[in-house]
Amino acid sequence: MSENSFANYFKNKMLPILSIVTLIFAVWYIFTVYLNSSIQIYAYERKKIDWEFSDLVRHTMSQKKPLLPAPHQIVSEMWKTIFMIKITSKKSLIYHSYITLSSTLLGFAIGTMLGIILAVSIVENKAMDASLMPWIIASQTIPILAIAPMIIIILNAFGLSGLLPKALISTYLSFFPIAVGMVKGLRSPELSYLDLMRTYNSSRLNIFWKLRLPSSVPYLFASMKVAIAISLVGAIVGELPTGAIAGLGARLLTGSYFGLTIQIWSALVMAAILASTLIFIINFISKKTLMRMGIQE
Amino acid sequence: MSNAMISAEKLNLVFETADDDVIALKDVSLDINKGEFVSFIGPSGCGKTTFLRAIASLEQPTSGNLMVNGMSPEEARKSRSYGYVFQAAGLYPWRNIYKNVSLPLEIMGYKKNEIPGIVEKVLKLVDLTGFEKKFPWQLSGGMQQRASIARALSFDADILLMDEPFGALDEIVRDHLNEQLLKLWKTTNKTICFVTHSIPEAVYLSTKIVVMSPRPGRIIDVIENTLPPNRPLEIRDSEEFISVSQRVREGLRSGHSYE
Repeated sequence: MSENSFANYFKNKMLPILSIVTLIFAVWYIFTVYLNSSIQIYAYERKKIDWEFSDLVRHTMSQKKPLLPAPHQIVSEMWKTIFMIKITSKKSLIYHSYITLSSTLLGFAIGTMLGIILAVSIVENKAMDASLMPWIIASQTIPILAIAPMIIIILNAFGLSGLLPKALISTYLSFFPIAVGMVKGLRSPELSYLDLMRTYNSSRLNIFWKLRLPSSVPYLFASMKVAIAISLVGAIVGELPTGAIAGLGARLLTGSYFGLTIQIWSALVMAAILASTLIFIINFISKKTLMRMGIQE
Repeated sequence: MSNAMISAEKLNLVFETADDDVIALKDVSLDINKGEFVSFIGPSGCGKTTFLRAIASLEQPTSGNLMVNGMSPEEARKSRSYGYVFQAAGLYPWRNIYKNVSLPLEIMGYKKNEIPGIVEKVLKLVDLTGFEKKFPWQLSGGMQQRASIARALSFDADILLMDEPFGALDEIVRDHLNEQLLKLWKTTNKTICFVTHSIPEAVYLSTKIVVMSPRPGRIIDVIENTLPPNRPLEIRDSEEFISVSQRVREGLRSGHSYE
């Protein structure tokens, strides 16, 4: 019975994922050889070395600064920089991830608060609805790459530096989905639920606390999943214009200065792992909370 | 006249829509006395729900006079004179049954130590003792509707307004709930206004049956029910029951309600 269920689990869940992953790796390896071969062949010709195709495959996968590193090169670089180096070292990927993570989380926390406050004022106040919403939408049409350096320079002029300016770029991105999702959530109660409150002659405050706010919780969590991912993007982007020396953004920056593509790719993979872990955690909290609230999704 | 709990006089209510005005109620005049059980029956669009909502001050009449418990409907709503049971149970999904029933009490500012006793009492009235901790989705449709009745009873208003509360339930559950509702009405002595699509339900429950007709929504007939107050389910096979049902059916037919 349990063997059977494992076989089913493998067939239904693992097999599709594994086949896609295998396919991606296969394509990746093919492109590694293809993209890196011109430089490799040029090197052979310069050194006047005779080569065969098997040499080419081997060598294109072990270049120091390849156009496209092979997956195993990235894995070994990550292994080295995560497990073989002390966490406090400036070369540790954990150290850099921590720097980026802390500004992601701070920015996300401020963004969530800001988004909720904006949503509440929009839903509860008609004037706010008319005046705020266009600005909130306009704020997201400005490319973050353009506005990030401005934010950091202006905040520096006010004597703010370090974690907060970077975090505020995450906030700038993450408050938006929270505000939009929360507005929708606070307006989600059905008419009959609101009618019921009217028959009790309920105050606005009671309608808000006992009806609108609980109704909005599933929407809030859905928005938080989007917001945490773009908070991470914001934190990385925030590290780029400052010439930061620490953080995943800094790894990308120094990697691009020196053509260290393996380092760039490691930072990218690390960012992806970080993002999916954060989303996973929010998903977990969301499921637990909604279950405790008795809401069936 | 003075002991009328609800009194409507030449009540008109028009919904203005983009292409046409819909006359939901036309010249509706009716007196409902204290302690009566009045059913409103008629096809969709006859204004029975609109009339109930006007009593509850959820809709505003265009003209005419409406008094509820000696006040205007809005004053009656503000003084919490009625409990309203909607067609869908409308329990809040994030509150368990206890918390759903205590919702109006919390809003109306009942003292914290009063609430548990009241909730226990009304849950017992609808036969839901022991389900306090359950969430709405864990209950059957009939039980959910009973919980919503308990919620409407909890603050002990004099009037109970019920808008097709059993419309979505199957007949077996409906019979059972009708029997319970009748018992509940006798023990609480409330004035009940009950909207329904079903002739047997209307005849079985009511002391007075109001037959309505659509386009425009109006009252066709008001039938005083001659059945004795004690009504076992079997009474529905009696000749008297059938003759009252006949009169309701005739009323519906004369209003061209079958078209």
